[in-house]
Amino acid sequence: MKARFLCAMALVLACFTVSAADPIKIGVYLPLTGDNAFGGQLELEGIQLAYKQYPEIIGRPVELVVVDNKSDKIEAANAVTRLVERDQVMGIIGTYGSSLAMAGGEVAERAGVPVIGTSCTNPLVTQGKKYYFRACFIDPYQGAGAATFAIKNRGYKKAALLIDVSNDYAVGLANFFRRSFQRLGGEIVTTMNYQSRDQDFTAQLTEIISKDPDVVFMPAYFAQGSIIMKQARELGGTFVLMGGDAMDNPDTVKIAGKAAEGFLQTTFPYSINMPNMSPEAAAFTEAWRETYPEKDPNVNAALGFNCYLMFKDAIERAGVAESEPVTTALASIKDLKTPLGVLNLNETHDAEMPVGITEIRDGQQVYLGEVVPE
Amino acid sequence: MTTKTRNLVLTLAAVGVAYVVIFIIDNHLDAYKIRILNLIAINAILAVSLNFIYGFGGMFSLGHSGFMAIGAYTSALLILSPAQKEMMWMLQDVAWPFSVLQTPFWFSLIAGGFVAAAFSLVIALPVLRLGGDYLGIATLGFAEIIRVLIVNWASITNGSLGIKGIPPHATLYVNYTCLFVTLYCIVRLLHSNFGNVIKAIRDDEIAAKVMGINTFRYRVLAFCVGAFFAGIGGALQGNLITTIDPNMFTFLLTYNVLMIVVAGGLGSITGSIIGSIIITVMLEWLRIADSAFSIGGLTIPGVPGMRMVIFAVALLAIILYRREGIMGMHEFSWNWLFGRGRGNK
Amino acid sequence: MFLQQFFNALTLGSLYGLIAIGYTMVYGILRLINFAHGDMLMLGAYFLFFGTVAFHLPWGVAVVVAIVAVSMFGIFVDWVAYRPLRKAPRISALISAIAVSFFIESLAVVLFSGLPRPVYQPDWLITPFTVGSSRLIPMTLVVPVVALVLVGILLWVVYRTKPGLAMRGISHDIETTRLLGVRVDRIIAMTFGIGTALAAASGIMWALRYPSIQPYMGVFPGMKAFIAAVFGGIGSIPGAMIGGLCLGFIEIMAVYFLPTLSGYRDAFAFVLLVAVLLFKPTGLFGQRLEEKI
Repeated sequence: MKARFLCAMALVLACFTVSAADPIKIGVYLPLTGDNAFGGQLELEGIQLAYKQYPEIIGRPVELVVVDNKSDKIEAANAVTRLVERDQVMGIIGTYGSSLAMAGGEVAERAGVPVIGTSCTNPLVTQGKKYYFRACFIDPYQGAGAATFAIKNRGYKKAALLIDVSNDYAVGLANFFRRSFQRLGGEIVTTMNYQSRDQDFTAQLTEIISKDPDVVFMPAYFAQGSIIMKQARELGGTFVLMGGDAMDNPDTVKIAGKAAEGFLQTTFPYSINMPNMSPEAAAFTEAWRETYPEKDPNVNAALGFNCYLMFKDAIERAGVAESEPVTTALASIKDLKTPLGVLNLNETHDAEMPVGITEIRDGQQVYLGEVVPE
Repeated sequence: MTTKTRNLVLTLAAVGVAYVVIFIIDNHLDAYKIRILNLIAINAILAVSLNFIYGFGGMFSLGHSGFMAIGAYTSALLILSPAQKEMMWMLQDVAWPFSVLQTPFWFSLIAGGFVAAAFSLVIALPVLRLGGDYLGIATLGFAEIIRVLIVNWASITNGSLGIKGIPPHATLYVNYTCLFVTLYCIVRLLHSNFGNVIKAIRDDEIAAKVMGINTFRYRVLAFCVGAFFAGIGGALQGNLITTIDPNMFTFLLTYNVLMIVVAGGLGSITGSIIGSIIITVMLEWLRIADSAFSIGGLTIPGVPGMRMVIFAVALLAIILYRREGIMGMHEFSWNWLFGRGRGNK
Repeated sequence: MFLQQFFNALTLGSLYGLIAIGYTMVYGILRLINFAHGDMLMLGAYFLFFGTVAFHLPWGVAVVVAIVAVSMFGIFVDWVAYRPLRKAPRISALISAIAVSFFIESLAVVLFSGLPRPVYQPDWLITPFTVGSSRLIPMTLVVPVVALVLVGILLWVVYRTKPGLAMRGISHDIETTRLLGVRVDRIIAMTFGIGTALAAASGIMWALRYPSIQPYMGVFPGMKAFIAAVFGGIGSIPGAMIGGLCLGFIEIMAVYFLPTLSGYRDAFAFVLLVAVLLFKPTGLFGQRLEEKI
């Protein structure tokens, strides 16, 4: 009863403030349709969850302007132009997919509007950019983390790579895994490529099986990754499969079933099953469950959530909701408490956080801990 | 004043007016509208070039995305400084000629067109012997081969990481100048003997052969001309959005251009231009459908994807109710304009 | 290892063939490249998914329901989008097909969301067993058998039944066939019904083999099948099956013999396609057809 009363009060208050102050406009451009829709939709829900919790920043209501970029570069550039010019947003959140972020980033950079990337992990995205930030770490860091874990914690000697050669994310991550793995004394026994739309990997997997690696690193998106797991086990592969953060999805286990057992994954340090969850992560999980009871949150949702928190923090410290001061404040984000741990931004605008490692055991994602890449 | 001089004066005046309008737009409209206008110009170049191959040359080509990719990559590789390339090529080092080369924008643009035309020649020699749908699938295949090559040949193309930081040279002036030049060349070609020959081949190849025309040679030439302008269009597109990667150039891109051509009217240059205006504007305007249900401060994206549903229905409606496209095979011309004026009196 | 790759190729090739049969069926009769074929495949997979998950139908029933439902939808699409264009230039029907394809995909994104969905695979289809040094799942053998049976049925329909005769008549000369008292539109609707039913069936097989479905899943298999159909000679039903098998073998064996070029796997298919077309301009089993523009 009390809660309901408070809610009603909040609503009334909200109504007053709407008339009292102009909204702070934050644009969101994400792939809500097209190939990357699965990532974009989760991130959008994360952003909306944060918005629901903090509908007001520095006493002004926030307005989210959501634009779909169709997983297409031309559309991504159009979307950002539209947000900047037509909607006159103060800042922008987005996007899933580094190539999309690069197309949008050029536009935002010229317009001088700060953008926080959700999960665009390619180093090139923020390279030489003043206005592009991101809530995630970058591919070299994650690739090194995966290699470190494979060698130091698990003692694997021989690795094979299975790469989606038409996906910038997969190519980047695999490349950095290879470098770290070899530097740490491991051997890459074979490298197999495929293309984004492929669904049949039997030829490549048969080839990999014949080389008998300890671990196969396959930084795929989860829909393909799950099928790779299935086909690998059907063909009798006994190696351990390992993937990156794009495999982090509640449906991975549903698609791959028993084949997902033992799947290792590097990801952002959040999992619904992580032990000793920080209070922020616990609060996020609970709020998610309340809002979207039908599905579990994942790292994409948490990253979307974080982007909003970063804007909130920067606007509060800047004291005004204008592009320039907020950009300056974003660059100096320090010790921000988020569901993904304590967040700091480094000089290349990437979020600094440890690499989390998870494993699938008995159909459950188990959070093994964190590694610091070597 | 003869009709011919009158038309020439009118055309020059129209171009002059166009530049004044562009000047005004460039200074007064926001970047979003300018971007859409830029896209219209580029789409028009692409549509006109495909129309030239298919609508006038009668060759069912689905290879446009491949030619665009070649144009875009050639231009981007030539325009960037060696230092920029070195920084960006994270997988392999930049291959030789490109590791030291940097050229001005105009050169890179024209080079993009020529390289695309050269590739099209290589493709045309074997596949133009095929007819109809088989030609379509073979050219589609070549476009896909080009894409796969770009993905895998990382030392030249930077693979799937793509190229970013292309300087935004494709301004309104550049794009519309290119469009006008394209239109001038294509219209002149179509009114020349060459144009009559390829139209004759389209309508009846055997009759043309009987007349002693080397039909194959003409078809190859027409194909290369179309590919040249497709390469220019691709290069401009790369310069407009300042970043390219191989996944931009799938066969869906070809479908988009084909859609514009057919919606505008196969065999009508005017139609291609009108088609590119309508389809480009409609796609942007329909964004409303994606966020239709925003209430006050709480914007929930109505139904993401609804835009494309409506777009598809609109396209279907155009095709069903105007089978020959918006313009059919008719063209705008001064004579037509004045002829009608007299008729009304 | 060769044997293993052989079976891999057999499965993939039969799947391509299965999709290609439907493609070639519609093309052979109407000269229409039905770009929406791949999307019908997607719908088949989704209908199976919703049949089993949302309506808790028994698996076998869900399969039948999905095929019938998609087939109905195919007839509907023909009625709305293709039938008014019978006398229009061929390219209009082609663009109409592209628009239908966009429409189905976008609608699927709106209705089903872009998230990939897991499809239930019956255990008896995927429990591996070994043959020599190769590991197989029953799917590997089921797909070619189903494909062969369907080819047989189709050939029987087209060459041994009265509607089949009408279909062949339409493919030669639609107006004359109409004059002979055949209800052309009904026969064409039936062709679409069969064609889309095949698409749905192959979509279900595809989803069973690659059990993650999403709205764009049909685009690439659809294109591959189109290549397979052209390869085998578009319009020829056995040709489509053989074209599909060839495509499967090329893709798999390219990786087997040239493992370092695995990234070019998709390109091999096209190179061979173009090569075949240069020597046999109408595909392996195609007849010389008059252009119908």
